[in-house]
Amino acid sequence: MTPSSYQQPTARGYYGEFGGAFIPEMLYPNVEELRTSYLDILADPDFQLDLQHLLRDYVGRPTPLFEARRLSERYGARIFLKREDLCHTGAHKINNTVGQILLAQRLGKKRIIAETGAGQHGVATATVCALVGLPCVVYMGATDIERQSPNVARMRLLGAEVRAVTSGSQTLKDATNEAIRDWIANPVDTHYIIGSVVGPHPYPDLVARLQAVISAEMRAQLLEKTGSELPHFVVACVGGGSNAAGAFYHFLDEPSVRLIAVEAAGHGIASGHSAATSVLGTPGIIHGSRTLLMQDEHGQITEPYSLSAGLDYPGIGPLHAHLGASGRAEFIAITDEEALQAVSELSRLEGIIPALETAHALAALGQLGAGCDDVVVVNLSGRGDKDLETYLKNLDKLV
Amino acid sequence: MNNRIKNAFASKQNLLNVYFTAGYPRLPDTLPLAKALVEAGADILEIGMPFSDPLADGPVIQRSSSAALANGMNLPVLFEQLRELRAVVPETPVLLMGYLNPVLQFGVEAFLRQAAAVGVDGLILPDLPLDEYEERYHPLFQQYGLKAVFLVTPQTSEARIRRLDALSDAFLYLVSGPGTTGGTTLPDAEAQQQYFERIAALNLKNPRLIGFGIADKMGFDRACEHAEGAIIGSALIRALQDAEDAPATAARFVRGIKSPVARSV
Repeated sequence: MTPSSYQQPTARGYYGEFGGAFIPEMLYPNVEELRTSYLDILADPDFQLDLQHLLRDYVGRPTPLFEARRLSERYGARIFLKREDLCHTGAHKINNTVGQILLAQRLGKKRIIAETGAGQHGVATATVCALVGLPCVVYMGATDIERQSPNVARMRLLGAEVRAVTSGSQTLKDATNEAIRDWIANPVDTHYIIGSVVGPHPYPDLVARLQAVISAEMRAQLLEKTGSELPHFVVACVGGGSNAAGAFYHFLDEPSVRLIAVEAAGHGIASGHSAATSVLGTPGIIHGSRTLLMQDEHGQITEPYSLSAGLDYPGIGPLHAHLGASGRAEFIAITDEEALQAVSELSRLEGIIPALETAHALAALGQLGAGCDDVVVVNLSGRGDKDLETYLKNLDKLV
Repeated sequence: MNNRIKNAFASKQNLLNVYFTAGYPRLPDTLPLAKALVEAGADILEIGMPFSDPLADGPVIQRSSSAALANGMNLPVLFEQLRELRAVVPETPVLLMGYLNPVLQFGVEAFLRQAAAVGVDGLILPDLPLDEYEERYHPLFQQYGLKAVFLVTPQTSEARIRRLDALSDAFLYLVSGPGTTGGTTLPDAEAQQQYFERIAALNLKNPRLIGFGIADKMGFDRACEHAEGAIIGSALIRALQDAEDAPATAARFVRGIKSPVARSV
């Protein structure tokens, strides 16, 4: 395998056997326009100037790489936290939306749509739309609207229209379906900002490139703090997989770095209520991409479960499916309960309340087998403010 | 072999292609509906294979698809039901329409073999990419004598339309305007007119049927001015939603679309 093959998909968007663009003809012109222009736009010096400016002065990058001493002591390894939770809007999601809004402007688009599960990507999209003055419609499952009301309020305050999705199971999968249907109905003036490394090519590559700033910064910061750009482990949670893609990106072709992708086991992998797609999923097509997904024997897509609304997606990005199939990344599944314990642990040991999604990555620390000289970087993808209600409801499991 | 699609276009004008979801409103309704639709004057049947996430479909077909799945419809059940297809509708072209994932899980070749065995004439798989079809599946389709039907939209470039036309030998499915199936917003009439005229001027080898948002006789007649016929789906599904007798309701619906003069029965 050539060194660059993990980072870059083929011309048709394949990572190994996963990826591609399985879309109805109605989406073809839009996706084709994006496919033929995204690399040129990303490489354009003016675009990069605008992007770097926004990442620094608006998002607040670079985010710190914090050495967590008490956590390190607890696990007997040298643990660093990449503080994506300190980004504007509270999670890594804005790295992608800042880039895509600049891209949309260069494509002459006048209207932005997005899907959201927990609401983090919806907030990050509503934020950049307000910043540049473009109208924004966010599709969100009716179930998620109910359980993530603070983020719904944020989006509305930012001027976005939140449309409740009542089809299917009324969660992230269905919100994504509705966003795609909106794009079909508005084929000329609208840009769809997908929130993860999922969807038809070129989205997985586009989003991975925009999130790659995370691992680019990690390398420089590690060099300064440890004397080496390369850690022994990089750990990140995976729903669709955008924060993991960003955290892994510049280490993909460094075989000495172990990449740990942490999925949500929900009530447990064998419980029938889980979102551990790498274990329970089989190859198929979801939202225009060939990847691993949770489905029944007849190819009907099934509903995953996780207490965290950001990880209950029935697929994973094709890059991650390939990293799993090729053995480049190792997958670990963490239950709701283990994640809640990790929330409590980080809060009390380091004074940082993580998002429930992020807590899955933290809960994997005990399973790495890392030694005391090993450098471990956990991508702290988001902060826990949005999950306070869930945490309060589960106080008994937090102690 | 007997080319039912070609025969239909050669012998008739203003063809009515009717879509319905297999296993809806009740699981055993598939064949009785097919029979009733054809007897009432439908010229082509498009049987929908229900999928949990039908991206190109509006709320009406989303609902009929979930209902059919809840009724227990799946591909093995459908092929079992279709064993008597040609005893019931001997000459009418029959297409299966659906999304790629259930077909992939069934196995593409097994799917094509069974479809051909029960007498299906062609397939509409909107999320099967053209490149993928051309390189991997076109020879298999030919081996089993199945025709591929491709969608064309107002945004489809001329070069791509010509490629779609070259790769098909059934008909082209002209999507009437932006939106999913069953749309109720009226498209810009002038833009739509220009779109249909632009396609007509290309002198394509395949005939054309217009679909999406055609709900009644007026819509059907207007579509027939620009193409060899039209496709109706969501409007029929809507009529079947509360039907006591689905086949009788379907037959009434089709007779309402095709004027008495044009009726062949």
